[in-house]
Amino acid sequence: MSERETQLRALLIGGLGGDEAAYHAFLRNLSAHLRGFLRVRLARLPDDVEDLVQETLLAVHNQRHTYDPGQPLTAWIHAIARYKLVDLLRRRAGREMLNDPLDDEFAVFAVSDTDAADARRDLGKLLEQLPDRQRLPIVHMKLEGLSVAEVARATGMSEAAVKVGVHRGLKALAALIRNKREE
Amino acid sequence: MKTDKLIAMLASDAGAVAPRVWLPRYALALGAGLIGAALLMVLLLGVRPDIADAVRLPMFWVKLAFPTALAAGALLAAVRLSRPGVAIGRAGAMLAAPVLAIWVLAALALLAAPEDRAMLIWGETWAACLVNIPLLSVPAFVAVFWVMKSLAPVRPALAGAAAGLLAGALSAIIYALHCPELVAPFIGLWYLLGMLIPAALGAMIGPQLLRW
Repeated sequence: MSERETQLRALLIGGLGGDEAAYHAFLRNLSAHLRGFLRVRLARLPDDVEDLVQETLLAVHNQRHTYDPGQPLTAWIHAIARYKLVDLLRRRAGREMLNDPLDDEFAVFAVSDTDAADARRDLGKLLEQLPDRQRLPIVHMKLEGLSVAEVARATGMSEAAVKVGVHRGLKALAALIRNKREE
Repeated sequence: MKTDKLIAMLASDAGAVAPRVWLPRYALALGAGLIGAALLMVLLLGVRPDIADAVRLPMFWVKLAFPTALAAGALLAAVRLSRPGVAIGRAGAMLAAPVLAIWVLAALALLAAPEDRAMLIWGETWAACLVNIPLLSVPAFVAVFWVMKSLAPVRPALAGAAAGLLAGALSAIIYALHCPELVAPFIGLWYLLGMLIPAALGAMIGPQLLRW
């Protein structure tokens, strides 16, 4: 097991246990690895790299409840990144765009690239398309840093509805990305 | 939105996540599917009137064991295929074993009574079997797909097939309490086909329904 696997796994497990700083560090580290991984595999679509990094991060976050702490993190991340990559390529240009076979799951942590380009798709704009019951909890809680109770007071929603709104809103955001690509 | 801002947004107040949430969810789907199938069976078909006598026959228990074993294999396959980076593993062998076993029993029955072969294979209710197993599988099909949709299958056609097969196998367990047939060739053919109908449907709609 590689050192990076051990380190990232510890951060994710901390994050799943509620340690926000560990989870933040996990996502930051992961984004660099995803960028390195995807930049090589999307060499002919360089403008899509940052979009796909963001889409994969959102997927990792939305599906974090499917990670089993007993499972190699490499395999889990690779399967998610590969799923999103194949999804993109299927729509864009077919699999012949692939420079590399996708089967080597250890490649997912092999390179790291912290040099983020600008995403072409603005998730902030997509966020605005969500209905208020999802958009407001995300904006207040996740962007402005209000607590659940504060968001509930500010919006008149119940605390349970605020939490559900965040959860469903982030899933809806992923669906908006998918649908946008199909247009 | 810059990636750093997205990361900050995702991490902010992310909260703890319950470990292995798929286990209670699948348990719930299993319960809902079995109860739903049982209700449909009682309302639409009725339990076979001679069930008290039937339970004394070994073949009655074989008829229950076959879909039960398939349900166990399909459940394991569905649970594994619901999560990224988890291989299907032993679930394939667990699905093959009961099919092989019932086919061996079927072959023995056919060899033992060559003159009765047509009756052993066709029975009297093969058409009902093909209609009723898919019909009783509807509640389980919906419940299992609901759970799978809440997880993250990366091979949606295969995952959909496992979900459909699980629903079909649960339905067949319940249908066995109504069905009067008691011979291995019938069970190994028509029960299997009845369970494969929801499995095929699951494989067909999986890629569309299970996207994430």
